[in-house]
Amino acid sequence: MPAYAGMSLEIGAKAAVVIEIENVSKHFISRDSDRVVALSDVSISIQRNEFVCLVGPSGCGKSTLLRLVGGLIPMSRGRVVIDGRTVQEPRAETGIVFQTPTLLPWATVLDNVLFPLKMMKRLTPESPKQAMRLIELVGLSGFERKYPRELSGGMQMRVGICRSLVHNPDILLMDEPFSALDALTREELTLELMRIWREQPKTVLFVTHSIPESVMLADRVVVLSPRPGRIAEIINVNVPRPRQFGMEARDEFQHAAGRIRQLIFGAGRKSLH
Amino acid sequence: MALPLAAIAGLFLVWEATCRAFAIPAYIIPAPSAIWTETTANPGNVAWHTLVTSKTVILGFLVSVVVSLPLAVLLTSSPLVAAAIYPLLVLTQAIPKVALAPILVVVLGTSELPRVVVTFLVAFFPLVLSIASGLVSVPPELIELGRACRANRWTELWRIRLPYAVPFIFSGLKAAIALAVVGAVVAEFVNADAGLGYLIQTSTAFFKVQLAWGALIILSIMGIVLFQIIVAVERIFFPWSPGIDKPTV
Repeated sequence: MPAYAGMSLEIGAKAAVVIEIENVSKHFISRDSDRVVALSDVSISIQRNEFVCLVGPSGCGKSTLLRLVGGLIPMSRGRVVIDGRTVQEPRAETGIVFQTPTLLPWATVLDNVLFPLKMMKRLTPESPKQAMRLIELVGLSGFERKYPRELSGGMQMRVGICRSLVHNPDILLMDEPFSALDALTREELTLELMRIWREQPKTVLFVTHSIPESVMLADRVVVLSPRPGRIAEIINVNVPRPRQFGMEARDEFQHAAGRIRQLIFGAGRKSLH
Repeated sequence: MALPLAAIAGLFLVWEATCRAFAIPAYIIPAPSAIWTETTANPGNVAWHTLVTSKTVILGFLVSVVVSLPLAVLLTSSPLVAAAIYPLLVLTQAIPKVALAPILVVVLGTSELPRVVVTFLVAFFPLVLSIASGLVSVPPELIELGRACRANRWTELWRIRLPYAVPFIFSGLKAAIALAVVGAVVAEFVNADAGLGYLIQTSTAFFKVQLAWGALIILSIMGIVLFQIIVAVERIFFPWSPGIDKPTV
């Protein structure tokens, strides 16, 4: 094992950056054949096991950026490099959580969680056990034989999170996963996500339009400006971990949230107070 | 279940009473009792005609299913293919099937074949449309999920689009089976030596109106039974399907 340990040390020292977004631009052709610039010259370096939130007004291209990193849509300019490889198609070691649970109505909870493995032909006799562990991790034990329509919105989202983790990805992309949930479920799932991330560290890119949510979750918050989406500023969140609700009153939290608010709403918002 | 049966029984009672009270001649509207007596007088014969029609209905329906599935997949595979095929499909629907039936007999002979073809032509169109609309109504996020799982077009179709379309497919199957009964009778009117459609034609020609009504009632029962079989298949094999066309009122 010494050789292996040495190797991983070397990689760790040299390449702590796992996602490199380099000068990425994306434009769409709209229905009346106008060119709409969704993202303009965005560059971000994301470290291994870092939790990064993308925040910005609607239509600033944050979901687009997430899909570019996921290899789901092609970029117009620039490139995304993950682990030294340019992203050209969806990567097997990336998990995605969508805005809606996006479960298969015809499959049970267990089969929904196993779906990525089935699709990528990586189903092993061990897989169901692993899926059951995840289902237990999000507190859904006993529901594995239920169909999605028998579950509440929050439970469905938990299944969606399990599904994104089942192939043990090292990168997790989350596109406003809690936006459709009620406030209480949302707080509950935020805490749960932090716990999962602590137990199974991963590089997380999390899109949200909630400023408190982003500060609560992130190591760094990337604030995007309105269309065309550019990086307004990247803010380090120095709130200590483990985090919990009630920490919003801390200076570090207030400072980060205040700065993000200022960047999004501009100075005009300040004069209201 | 009990209420609809009671309603039907009530309808027959009113019918019987009206026929007797106003002494309506049997050649205009026969009483249910007279229909029953006349239809059950020769049970073997009626059963034979029923069997012949059932066979045409089921064959035509099966051909519709076998043709509609790949056709719907083709229609939704690319806008170019859709643009090429769709006008042809509409053409098959624009042709009046009653007018086409005698021509088909000339082309295909007096066998069962033209009857099955007419049944198919009447039944398949709504099935193609429902399957196609099911295949394209998959939420874009489910398609993205498939792409994120590195699915190719074939696995996307097989594992996502087709299962998603199941409720739509069943809604199409229900429409198709009802139309298949209509199609079979139309075909039998034009060219047949057996079947309930043939029975209605020959018995009205000989003023055996009660038997014609009997055949009509058997046809209705056939339609209901076949429809319910499809409902049952959906419920047993696809319990998760919400049954998109269930009346909600």
